[in-house]
Amino acid sequence: MLIALLTLYCSGPLLWQLVTSLKPDTELTRLPPILPESPTLGNYVSVFEGHPFPRIILNSAVVAASTTVLSLILGSLCAFGLAKLRIGGKGLILGFVLSVSMFPPIATVSPLYIIIRALGLRDTLTALIITYTTFSLPLSIWVLTNFFREIPDEIYRAARVDGCTPFQVFYKIMLPLAAPGIFATAILVFIFSWNEFLFALTFTSTVASRTIPVGIALFPGLHEVPWGDIAAASVVVTIPLIILVFAFQKRIIEGLTAGSIRG
Amino acid sequence: MRNEERGRWFVIPSLVLLSLVTVYPLIYVIYLSLQRRLLIFDVSRFVGIDNYVSLAGDARFLNAFKNTLYFTALSVTLELALGLAAAVLINRSFRLKGLVRAVVLIPWAIPTVVSARMWEWIYNTDFGILNHLIGAKINWLGSPFWAINAAVFMDVWKTTPFVVILLTAGLQVIPRELYQAARVDGAGRWAVFTRIVLPLLKPVILVVLIFRTLDAFRVFDAIYVLTGGGPANSTETLSIYAYKVLFQTLRFGYGSTLAVVVFLCTGAISVFYIRLLSKGVRL
Repeated sequence: MLIALLTLYCSGPLLWQLVTSLKPDTELTRLPPILPESPTLGNYVSVFEGHPFPRIILNSAVVAASTTVLSLILGSLCAFGLAKLRIGGKGLILGFVLSVSMFPPIATVSPLYIIIRALGLRDTLTALIITYTTFSLPLSIWVLTNFFREIPDEIYRAARVDGCTPFQVFYKIMLPLAAPGIFATAILVFIFSWNEFLFALTFTSTVASRTIPVGIALFPGLHEVPWGDIAAASVVVTIPLIILVFAFQKRIIEGLTAGSIRG
Repeated sequence: MRNEERGRWFVIPSLVLLSLVTVYPLIYVIYLSLQRRLLIFDVSRFVGIDNYVSLAGDARFLNAFKNTLYFTALSVTLELALGLAAAVLINRSFRLKGLVRAVVLIPWAIPTVVSARMWEWIYNTDFGILNHLIGAKINWLGSPFWAINAAVFMDVWKTTPFVVILLTAGLQVIPRELYQAARVDGAGRWAVFTRIVLPLLKPVILVVLIFRTLDAFRVFDAIYVLTGGGPANSTETLSIYAYKVLFQTLRFGYGSTLAVVVFLCTGAISVFYIRLLSKGVRL
């Protein structure tokens, strides 16, 4: 009973958005009925036809995918070094990484804006990818270090004795072994970059680089707020995340807890 | 025994990127905060700590500070309470456990902006489902009293899943025999919870508090999209005020000063919790 209540509480607002997205405009301003009397996909059609929405989704996909790949490459290299090799000031490095993850984004947004403008990167996807890669790195490093630590040191030494260079051990042996961790990290980084708002709002100015959160926040409404369209757009951009959550909830939970508790 | 090979080249790329994109801007923002800089007029002049001095006389800053503290304290408290209850609930065994856990993750996965827009529609005075369900006509986002609390409630909905996930992980580490033994000894459910579960969960609770307090203190997207800081600045937090000074009035000097204040506060919060945590571990 309580469980059912909890489930409803967590999914209710999204279900309501789904219901809203299926209502024609005339029904939006009437309550009751709660469920649409003549359900329609009109809002979905208008979102995809009237707005630069497909382009915005593409931008977000490119940014999130690139960020995920870059963050995993840099993060796994760093995590491997920290977990398996000798590095001076290891504790200091981990502490530094952790403290960076606590930086409030608002504290760096003004200088980054000036730097990005000076580099001519304003309104480009590159600016977002670089920023997101950096801000997701602490998470990648932290989670992956925990995963690499669980791989026994003997495996590393045995491979070295067999003639692998440290880098070969890293990508031939350690990466495959840490695959579950890599995967968990990838999902977390992807969701972070898919959802980020402050930097995207600041660095982008046209649809050339606008991402989904900015698109939804600045949804065009000349006279009144187009609730039906917003609901449809919200449902569309949330679907990939819901799929991720249902398919990989175990991995997500592993990643979240490895990132914060074991550390 | 450790591997004795040097690994600095594995670590350096990440450290360089982190330094360039976070540490350097942080130094830069402190430098900016000591300037009077208007982006459009190309005005840029060193003014020392003048900006910091003006903070004390800035009623809007003090209001934003107050709002941020209220938002942080209330939302973190509610999230922890609700999260604990839900974690204890989920930790029992029942059918469809995996499904329920996935559903609980939904609010966490939804983009904050989308969730703000969803709640904006739920809170709508005339056509919102909330007023319909409780049979009232409350102007949730139009009255200063309700607006900040509506923002808190939305944040609680959005972030409780994170609390639940971490606390559930913490609960699973506690051996079941411990509960059973206590129950056999005649302890009631509540006694088991307060005397056994809570103390054992304390480190995890502290970790949750660190993450949630820091996130709530720097809240931006959720409130910016839900209310834009209104009505009458009643929901304007420090991050939103800083953002508006920076990018709406383009006063980069003073805006950076506000940003530095947010940074210093979050730094103080982290130090406070980390000291608590290290004390707790030793005990």
